[in-house]
Amino acid sequence: MPAAQAPARQPHPFKPQPWRDRRIEVILGNLLRTGVLISAAVVLSGACVYLSRHAHEPADYRVFRGEPSEYRTIRGVIQSVMNGRGRGLIQLGLLLLIATPIARVAFSVAGFTIERDRLYVAFTLIVLAILLYSLLGSGIGL
Amino acid sequence: MTILEFTGIVAIVSFAAGLLGSLTGLGGGVVLVPLLTIFFHVDIRYAIGASLVSVIATSSGAAAAYVKEGFSNIRIGMFLEIATTFGALLGAFLATRIPTSALAVIFGAMLLYSAFLSRKPRTEAQRNLPPDPLATRLRLNGSFPDLEGPRSYNVQRVPAGFGLMFGAGALSGLLGIGSGAVKVLAMDQAMRIPFKVSTTTSNFMIGVTAAASAGVYLSRGYVDPGLAMPVMLGVLGGSLLGSRILVKAETKSLRLVFSVVILVLGLQMLYNGFWGKI
Repeated sequence: MPAAQAPARQPHPFKPQPWRDRRIEVILGNLLRTGVLISAAVVLSGACVYLSRHAHEPADYRVFRGEPSEYRTIRGVIQSVMNGRGRGLIQLGLLLLIATPIARVAFSVAGFTIERDRLYVAFTLIVLAILLYSLLGSGIGL
Repeated sequence: MTILEFTGIVAIVSFAAGLLGSLTGLGGGVVLVPLLTIFFHVDIRYAIGASLVSVIATSSGAAAAYVKEGFSNIRIGMFLEIATTFGALLGAFLATRIPTSALAVIFGAMLLYSAFLSRKPRTEAQRNLPPDPLATRLRLNGSFPDLEGPRSYNVQRVPAGFGLMFGAGALSGLLGIGSGAVKVLAMDQAMRIPFKVSTTTSNFMIGVTAAASAGVYLSRGYVDPGLAMPVMLGVLGGSLLGSRILVKAETKSLRLVFSVVILVLGLQMLYNGFWGKI
């Protein structure tokens, strides 16, 4: 049942407003905010654990050492959360934060599919592929 | 300094940076890296990792408010994100290979440019420009609510804007900032997108661009939880507060103060970079 439920478009000298259905965009905006708030809550709870244990140790970030693998990979982060590490929980929150805009792009694919906009489905898939390559191809998934 | 003191002070500084960045529209991330490296003696790689994470938080946190206003153009955003995410990926890989003193010099130059741009009066895009064939084919033209009803605009010079966006993405990935200054150059100057549309669309693109390089940074061990935590929470809190108390009367003098801060930090970064102190 194509075209049937598409609203009739008035001939207009200018192109129509992107996202004919702006509700999709509002839902995506709220999704982003929810993702940020959830990840901030996870980071905050990790901060409580971390600070309650290490508050009085000296802070030193002068020399770059690089993080150990438990804070560099998804598997390592999950493992350290299981072990009750505060910093693992912070890192999990940061992973959720990175995933939030990626989820938005993934949902945009669905949005453009509903609008039958093949060109933008393709563009959005390219962006999604770059994001997933960055997240998984850089070795973080190991 | 103990971890508790360090966390507290960094959180307060980040909160102030997020608040000022959101009130002035200049972004908070751009001052965070120099503040952390110059005053807290944090290695620039840790500072960039923490700043990048906070950029995702502010961009995504503000998105819901911007969407409601109906100014952002999601097609322009998505099309240009192809350029910015590619650039961000390249920038993140470059960041792991070039010396930190070179990073400091590039950062300093970027700050000076941002300070210059913030003092330059913005010229509103001309109205009634003829439609560009490529922009029309890509369906980039749109309209937004204005005082006298919906106002339409025609996007210009798509290839130039796309190229500049690639550069903006590369700088974002290299320096861990939103690089709003370069995005403005691409969208206002090259593509002639109206001010309200370009700022809101740019905000929405910043989070996706930063996410493209954040994975690389995290896997390379540049994101330290103990540092990223106060930075991310502070900047997010400051920018959320800033977006609520936006007082128009005072932004002008605030903008001046903030751009002087950016200028001074830029000179300091250049100095430290050239003298190998970073």
